[in-house]
Amino acid sequence: MSWIDIGALDDIPAQGARLVKTAQGCVAVFRTAADEVFALDDRCPHKGGPLSEGIVHGAQVTCPLHNWVFDLNSGMAQGADEGRVTTYPVQVKGGRVLLDAARLRRSVAA
Amino acid sequence: MAEKLVVIGAGMASGRVLEHLFEQAPGAFDVTLFNAEPRGNYNRIMLSPVLSGEKTYAEIVTHDADWYAAQGVTCRFGEHVTRIDRARKVVVTAQGETPYDRLLIATGSAPFIIPVPGHKLPGVVSYRDLDDTEAMIAAAQPGAKAVVIGGGLLGLEAAAGLALRGMEVTVIHLMGHLMERQLDPAAGYLLQRALEARGIRIHCKGATKAILGETRVEAVLLEDGTTYGADLVVMAVGIRPETRLATDAGLEVGRGITVTDAMLTSDPAILAVGECVEHDRQLFGLVAPLYDQARVVAATLQGNAAAFRPVQTATKLKVTGCDLFSAGDFAEGEGREDIVFRDPARGVYKRLVIEGDRLVGAVMYGDTADGTWFFGLIKDGTDISAMRDTLIFGPAHQGGATPDPMAAVAALPPEAEICGCNGVCKGRIVEAVQGGAVTLDAVRALTKASSSCGTCTGLVEQVMAVTLGDDFAAPTHQPMCKCTELTHEDVRRLIKAQGLKSIPAVMQELGWKTPGGCHSCRPALNYYLLADWPLEYRDDRQSRFVNERNHANIQKDGTYSVVPRMWGGVTTPDELRAIADAADKYGVPMVKVTGGQRIDLLGVKKEDLPAMWADLNEAGMVSGHAYSKGLRTVKTCVGSEFCRFGTQDSTGLGIRLEKLLWGSWTPHKVKLGVSGCPRNCAEATVKDVGIICVDSGYQISVAGAAGMEVKETQFLAATPSEDEACEITTAFIQLYREQAKYLDRPYKWVAKVGLDWVKAQVVEDRANRAALYARFELSQTVYRKDPWAEHAQPQERRNWAVLADLSLEAAE
Ligand code: SRM
Ligand SMILES: Cc1cc2nc3c(=O)[nH]c(=O)nc-3n(C[C@H](O)[C@H](O)[C@H](O)COP(=O)(O)OP(=O)(O)OC[C@H]3O[C@@H](n4cnc5c(N)ncnc54)[C@H](O)[C@@H]3O)c2cc1C
Ligand code: SF4
Ligand code: FES
Repeated sequence: MSWIDIGALDDIPAQGARLVKTAQGCVAVFRTAADEVFALDDRCPHKGGPLSEGIVHGAQVTCPLHNWVFDLNSGMAQGADEGRVTTYPVQVKGGRVLLDAARLRRSVAA
Repeated sequence: MAEKLVVIGAGMASGRVLEHLFEQAPGAFDVTLFNAEPRGNYNRIMLSPVLSGEKTYAEIVTHDADWYAAQGVTCRFGEHVTRIDRARKVVVTAQGETPYDRLLIATGSAPFIIPVPGHKLPGVVSYRDLDDTEAMIAAAQPGAKAVVIGGGLLGLEAAAGLALRGMEVTVIHLMGHLMERQLDPAAGYLLQRALEARGIRIHCKGATKAILGETRVEAVLLEDGTTYGADLVVMAVGIRPETRLATDAGLEVGRGITVTDAMLTSDPAILAVGECVEHDRQLFGLVAPLYDQARVVAATLQGNAAAFRPVQTATKLKVTGCDLFSAGDFAEGEGREDIVFRDPARGVYKRLVIEGDRLVGAVMYGDTADGTWFFGLIKDGTDISAMRDTLIFGPAHQGGATPDPMAAVAALPPEAEICGCNGVCKGRIVEAVQGGAVTLDAVRALTKASSSCGTCTGLVEQVMAVTLGDDFAAPTHQPMCKCTELTHEDVRRLIKAQGLKSIPAVMQELGWKTPGGCHSCRPALNYYLLADWPLEYRDDRQSRFVNERNHANIQKDGTYSVVPRMWGGVTTPDELRAIADAADKYGVPMVKVTGGQRIDLLGVKKEDLPAMWADLNEAGMVSGHAYSKGLRTVKTCVGSEFCRFGTQDSTGLGIRLEKLLWGSWTPHKVKLGVSGCPRNCAEATVKDVGIICVDSGYQISVAGAAGMEVKETQFLAATPSEDEACEITTAFIQLYREQAKYLDRPYKWVAKVGLDWVKAQVVEDRANRAALYARFELSQTVYRKDPWAEHAQPQERRNWAVLADLSLEAAE
């Protein structure tokens, strides 16, 4: 793993998300009410909605375009909907948010 | 010969190390103990009772002069170590050098001071040691004002102590709820309520901008413009490990002094312990893990093998009467399940987080008696599957079969209380049912059971079912969402009746079944609260749908559309030029005239929004709220000013209404039309409010629509006066704001409550109309402002851009 510092935890609103631009497209970095962080592709498998703009509740996000709900841990669509969003390792250390760049590169190569 | 052990810092961690050493290896070490504080070891965590007056300093001393003398410790109190010379194995102080064989760094941490203007003024203190505590006690004149910055454990203990000493205390906290590291929002809300009940003012989401004062502190100014008078300011925003000596000495230091499992630093002659260390990338701020470290340090010093392994810690707040407990990990996650128990009447909240068949976290407020038991289950990783159903009730309810709820209700004695709010017992409900009250509403009307907070509704229904047997038909009210059994109407009523003023307050008092709601209830609650408490409630941006959060309409490709307001559909060449310029400058792919008489700039990138808004603001334009559940457009026709048939100035009236109503939030969108004569070119008869001008004045009709359903408006009132037309329109909208269910357009709401009732409220009862108007105006003092201007501020703009750009990084 190779962790890259992408910013401060406080730059991400609680129950919200910010984007990280990569060569592959945008990765949405979410922060929950309990200050957990998750990183997922910012593309809804339904019709490409920007998940970063969805309402975050618990460890789930609701896509802003047509209300599909995704689990932030696994990226799995919930309920009757089917689909999965790619997730990336991310962690918080000393108030900084670290994203695993190795995974990003791999997904570029793949 | 005894080894020379030098210890820097006589705090809680090193104190425990010495106790172990003298017990396990008396005489093995010749100890010199330096401490910057002019005293030896005391129980730092008991400073809070000293501050509040519940204890004295003498009572919290752990090692007194006799103890040090008996152990032969050379005490160098009040002496600050300034340097460590590792090559020569000496520590340096102002008084000279002291040689060591082994060195133990135990310097604890230093309070973090936010470097805002004024932070050095006399009267600004931190909260770490006895001197700080004494400074606070000295300042605590009854009636004097204190501001505590930081609503964590330390800040709240300081606040409670100062309040007990008669000070008027305000706590400023940056986050949305108190103690956010240890508590979830629901427990944070209960804690806030308890502290407020003791007269402590709590200001959450408050960022300190400056501390004001000439020669000493006078006030604290926040970013949002609020000021609080202050004779004393306590900064309790956090701590950072005291690592300066170690850094200067060239030891390996991360955020804290890096130590191995054996508590050795990168120099094997030097150990470190306590809050100044970092072990496996983790820092420590509570004493339990420090005591574990101390045991390892004592072993390592004696040459015995030992390894420090951090364990879970639990938190309690030492404020008498505020019972809270938190342990483990209570974040939500996949495969994790919550068990939530709320007792609104007693102010109790308990939440257990379960993963697989283990308990991984617990948060409790109000009744923490079972805290230690839960903590034990977490630490031991006990398999809880067998007791899962009754786990939340604690150890007293374990063992025995899982009860069948119906059987349990049937077994209740007649005097068992069912509805806590209204004190209604089972017998009374059974009596009512046997007397013919076979619906929930009838039982409510007769007994008052379940008519207050509503959380006993399920229980009341079970009593009814037990009494009626097969005759019982469960009522089919539509709950708001899966988080509650209550309907929108119930929730609106209870928010007002119980004076609930925040989302966590609603969730606690109305017994929400999820810890934090969902995408369906949160926007509705946010609306109800801002509509009912315009001055007290602060809009929660994260509970809003994307369009309202970003003040633009999201498009299918994730770009946005921008619609500036064109009052009454009237524009000017200058405005049109500014729109054209903005379209060019930001590469807008399409400019379209909307069905609402204004211009839409479609396909704008999110990061361009603030700059584009600033340009449009510059030209005098504001947000058109084309995205809001709020006032949209007021469509007008040219009216008497130009049209040969026009009877009144319909354009002028439309603009006047739009200027009166813009910015207000409503349950669903609200559109108006004003036509200058019955030819009705502004299509006023399919709007939420439509006004048709006639020779004798204005005919106001309401509850029209032309969307998924087409509805013609219904006549509400006629008046010769333009002023009265504005007042009636506003009162109607305010009544709709106060009464309707979220996402009901006015036509749906009017169909439910009846047009006659609406007429009585806003037309016939003039005093009520005036009161509705006044409440609308009060709310508009907060909301009649341009959201674009706020977000276009330079310091806001970075929040709209990407957080980081790794596109080059990943391509390498
Ligand atoms: C831009 C515009 C179409 C146009 O190009 O003219 C428009 C665009 C949208 N309308 Fe509309 N409506 C527009 C005028 C209308 C009108 C005509 C009018 O206002 O005179 C109607 C019928 C009148 C009415 O509201 O009763 C109309 C009835 C709707 C409805 C159905 C509402 C209903 O209660 O049945 C929706 C869906 C909703 O709100 O839930 C809707 C929703 C939408 C949304 C916001 C869909 C969405 O949620 O994303 C569209 C946004 C498109 C975008 O990407 O920007 N739009 N929409 C018009 C903007 C007017 C403005 O200046 O603000
Ligand atoms: C008001 C308050 C309430 C608390 N409540 C709780 C609680 O309820 N539960 C809990 O678990 N924890 C609580 N804590 C935290 C707990 O007190 C600390 O975790 C613990 O005291 C840390 O121990 P330590 O030995 O690492 O540092 P400290 O106890 O801070 O001791 C470090 C000592 O080193 C001295 N020193 C620093 N630099 C030098 C130098 N260069 N030369 C000489 N001396 C130096 C300092 O003056 C200090 O006396 C509380 C803390 C405070 C302030
Ligand atoms: S009618 Fe309205 S909601 Fe439907 S496609 Fe057109 S703009 Fe969008
Ligand atoms: S694009 Fe996400 S739900 Fe349709």
